[in-house]
Amino acid sequence: MTETCRAAIIGGNRIPFARQFGPYAEASNQDMLTAALEGLIARYGLVGERVGEVVAGAVVKHSRDFNLTRESVLGSSLAPTTPAYDIQQACGTGLEAAILVANKIRLGQIDSGIAGGVDTSSDAPITVRESLRRKLLRVNRGKSPVEMATRLLALRPGDLGIEIPANSEPRTGLSMGEHMAQTARRWAISREAQDELAMMSHHNLARAYDEGFFDDLVTSYLGLSRDQNLRPDSSMAKLSALKPAFGKGDHATMTAGNSTPLTDGASVVLLASEQWAAEHGLTVQAFFVDGESAAIDYVHGDEGLLMAPAYAVPRLLARQGLSLQDFDYYEIHEAFAATVLSTLKAWEDEEFCTTRLGLPGPLGSIDRSRLNVNGSSLAAGHPFAATGGRIVASLAKMLHAKGPGSRGLISICAAGGQGVVAILEGA
Amino acid sequence: MAFSYGGFVNSGVGKFLASNLGLPRPTRLRRHTPGESLVPGAVFVDGFGEAPLAAQVRGVLEGAGVQLATVPSTSVVAAVLDLSKVRSPADLDIVRTSLGPALKTLAPTGRVVILGRPVAGAVDVAQAAGRRALEGIVRSIGKELRGGGTANLVLVAEGADDALEGTLRFLLSGRSAYVSGQVFHLAEPVAPVQAPADWDAPLAGKVAVVTGAARGIGAAIASTLARDGATVVCVDVPSASGPLAEVANSLGGSALALDVTSADAGTRIVEHTQSRHGGFDIVVHNAGITRDKLLANIDADRWASVLEVNLGSILVMNQVLVPAIAEGGHIVNVASIAGIAGNRGQTNYAASKAGVIGMTAALAQDPTVRAKGVTVNAVAPGFIETEMTAKVPLATREVGRLMNSLSQGGLPVDVAETIGYFAWDANRAVTGTTVRVCGQMLLGA
Ligand SMILES: NC(=O)c1ccc[n+]([C@@H]2O[C@H](COP(=O)([O-])OP(=O)(O)OC[C@H]3O[C@@H](n4cnc5c(N)ncnc54)[C@H](O)[C@@H]3O)[C@@H](O)[C@H]2O)c1
Repeated sequence: MTETCRAAIIGGNRIPFARQFGPYAEASNQDMLTAALEGLIARYGLVGERVGEVVAGAVVKHSRDFNLTRESVLGSSLAPTTPAYDIQQACGTGLEAAILVANKIRLGQIDSGIAGGVDTSSDAPITVRESLRRKLLRVNRGKSPVEMATRLLALRPGDLGIEIPANSEPRTGLSMGEHMAQTARRWAISREAQDELAMMSHHNLARAYDEGFFDDLVTSYLGLSRDQNLRPDSSMAKLSALKPAFGKGDHATMTAGNSTPLTDGASVVLLASEQWAAEHGLTVQAFFVDGESAAIDYVHGDEGLLMAPAYAVPRLLARQGLSLQDFDYYEIHEAFAATVLSTLKAWEDEEFCTTRLGLPGPLGSIDRSRLNVNGSSLAAGHPFAATGGRIVASLAKMLHAKGPGSRGLISICAAGGQGVVAILEGA
Repeated sequence: MAFSYGGFVNSGVGKFLASNLGLPRPTRLRRHTPGESLVPGAVFVDGFGEAPLAAQVRGVLEGAGVQLATVPSTSVVAAVLDLSKVRSPADLDIVRTSLGPALKTLAPTGRVVILGRPVAGAVDVAQAAGRRALEGIVRSIGKELRGGGTANLVLVAEGADDALEGTLRFLLSGRSAYVSGQVFHLAEPVAPVQAPADWDAPLAGKVAVVTGAARGIGAAIASTLARDGATVVCVDVPSASGPLAEVANSLGGSALALDVTSADAGTRIVEHTQSRHGGFDIVVHNAGITRDKLLANIDADRWASVLEVNLGSILVMNQVLVPAIAEGGHIVNVASIAGIAGNRGQTNYAASKAGVIGMTAALAQDPTVRAKGVTVNAVAPGFIETEMTAKVPLATREVGRLMNSLSQGGLPVDVAETIGYFAWDANRAVTGTTVRVCGQMLLGA
C-alpha cells in the first residue's frame, strides 16, 4: 500500500467538561457534540464547508441516537452534504475515530475530516427490566384488545423498575474501579503515588488554563469556560484525607480524588491533507503518524482490565522503529492514577516485558516531567468518548510549539480490556 | 416585565396622555435594508450662491435614481442645503426662506443635511462666524424635527468635494437612523476615494477584525460588516467563546478567542488574519467594560481594569496592528458619550473613552498612518439597548432613553452602521473624527 500523503492535525475543540448532573445535566449527546463542532467551525472558518467526513461516537447512547454524528453535522454550520458515521470503542472511541480519519486522509480517500466523541453521564438512557421488556413486546404482538389485556395481566411487581447503564464489565460484574484496584494491588501502587499524580494533574491543568493554553482548544458552553472538575488548590493534604472508594483494607488505595469522576462533555479534532490545510490558510500543528490497538484477556487470563495499552505501545514502537524514550511528551489517559502508574511500572518490569510482551528486556522508564504536562483526565474529567479528542488536540498543539520532528505518545485504556495508542509528530 | 416608556406612550391610554401632556412619542426609525432605494421619496436640493456642492449632490442623486424636488412638497423625505459659499452671517437667511418651508412638509424619518466649509479655512472673521453658525442651525433643527427626523452638518474642505458621495449616501439612508445633530468633517483624502461597485456591498472583499464581538454592539458590528460584504474575524474573551462562535458562524466568519489585554493579543490577530486571509483591511476596537464607582470610593482594580481594557489595550495592540493593516485600511474605535460629557460614578470609564477620542485624533495624524492611507475614526454611542445598559437601574435607564431628540434608545445596529461608514474606501476623506451615535442626546451636546 503506498501512502499518498500525511495526515495533518490542524487543531481541535472541546466544550469544558462538566461534572455529572452539573451545568450540562439537560444537554444531550447531540447538543454537546453539535456545540463542540460549532466551536471548531468558528475557530477554523468552516461555515458551509463540505468536510470529507465526520466520525464520532458516544459510549452511553440512547437508541434514538442511532445516527448521532450525522444528526450533529446536520445541526451544525458545516455543509449538509458532509457525510458522517458513528463508531464506538468504549473510552478508545475518540482516538479510534482519529485513526480512521487519519488513515483515509493518508490513503487519499478524503482530504479533510473531523474526529470526535461525546458522552453524557447525566442525560443517560433508561431501560426497563429485561422481563418487563419481553412481556411488553408480547403485549404489543397481541391480535385483539382482549388478548393484549390478558397478556398485560402477566406483569408482576418484580418486573417493574428501571435500569441505568452501569460502569461495570458485563462479563465479570465488577466495576472498572474494582478491576483497577486488583491491578493496583498487583503492581503495589501506593496511595501516596496515586494522590501525587492526581495533584499534579490538577496543578498542570490549572497552570495551562492560566497560561491561555486552552484559549484555542476550548469553547465555552452553558456558562462553563473551564473544566468543572478542576481544583487548582488540590493538595496532598486534601487528597490524603479522602476515604478509599475501591479495594479492601490496606490495599484500598483508590479514592474519588485519584479516580476520574463521571463527566459530561464533547471534543472534536480537525484533520486534513497538507494541501487542504494550505488551501484554507490553516497551520498544520502535527502529523498523525500511526495508531495501534490491543486487547487483553481479563476474563479468563490474569491480566488487568485496563492494561491493554501496555501491550499496544510496544507493538507500535516496533513498527515505527522507536524506543519508549524517543518522545517529547507522553499522554497517558488517567482513568485512574493507578492506571498510569501500573502501566509505567509494567514497562519498567523485566519479567512483564520479557514474558508478557515477548521483548528481550524492559521498555524502561520515561522522563516523568514529560507526562501529561498540561493535565489529564483526573483534573479535566473523562466523558468517555470525548477523551481521545481532548488529548489529540492538546498534544498536537504542544508538539507544534516544540517544533518540527518532536514526538508525542498517546495511550488510552478502554472497557472490555482494550487499549488504543498513537504517535503524533510535531509540524 | 420591565416598564418601557416607548411602549407605554404608543399604547391607547399612553398615547392620549402623551399627546395631552406634550410628552415625546418615539417614532419607529427608518433603518437600512439592502436592496431598498437610498431614500423613500424625493429630495429637495438647494443652496446659496453658485452652490458647487449642490451640483455634486444632484449628480449623485440622479445616479442613484432618486427623484429631485425643486420646491418643498409632501413627498419630500430629505432636504440638502449647500451653504459652502456663505460669506457672512447675512447670507444665512436662505436657511429660513428655503429650509423653513421644507421642514413643514418633510415626511417622517426625514433627513436634513447642510453642507458647509470648515471654519478654519474662512477668509475673514465674518465668514468664520457665518460658517460656525451652521452648527447652531443644524443642532436646533435636530431638536425641532419630529417623527424620527435627523439633521446633520457636513463640512467639506476645499479639495474634498469629490469625496462627498459616501457621507451623503450615509446621511440620507437608514444607516444614519440614530445619528443627529452631528458635524462630519471631510478633509483632503489620505488615499484615493473609491466608490464601491455596489453601494449595498461597500465592504466586498474586505477583511475586518472586530473585538468584543460575542454580544451587544460588537455582535451587531460584526454582522453589519458581514452584511456589507466583509469577511469578519470575531474576537472576544475565552470565557465568551461559545456565544462568540455562534456569532462568527452566523455570519460565515471566524472566531478568535483572546483577551485584548493579553500581551500577545495584537500579534495573534495579525497571525490569524495573515494565515487565513492574507491580512486585514479594517479593525474595530469595540471591546469595553464598565466598573462604576464614585471617585471617592473607587479601588485600584476598578480604576485600572477599565482603563486597560478600554484604552491601554488599544494602544498596545495598535503597535502591531498599524504596521500590519492593509494600505488604505480603516481603524475604528468605540468611544462613548461618557467620554464627552462625563458621568457620575464613571471617572474611570469617562477617562478611558475621552482617551479613545484623543488617541483617535492623534493616530490619524501619525505620519506612518497617513503614509499608509489609513483612516482612524471613532464613534461615541449614546444610550444603546444592550446588556451593558440593561444593568442600569430602571429610572436612570428610562431617562437615558428619553434624553435625546429621537425620544428612544438606539440599537446596536445604529452604532454598527456608523462604524461601517468609517470603513468604506469611499470615505477616505474622513479621518481623525469622532461621531456621536446618540439620537442627539442632551448630554455633552
Ligand atoms: N451600550 C451602550 O449604551 C454603550 C454606550 C457607549 C459606549 N458603549 C461601548 O460600546 C462597546 C460595546 O458595548 P456593549 O454595550 O456591546 O457591551 P457588552 O458588555 O454587551 O459587550 C462587550 C463585549 O466586549 C467583550 N470584552 C470585554 N472585555 C474584553 C477583553 N478584555 N478582551 C476581549 N473582549 C472583551 C465582552 O466579553 C463583551 O462580549 C464598549 O466599548 C462600550 O464601552 C456602549
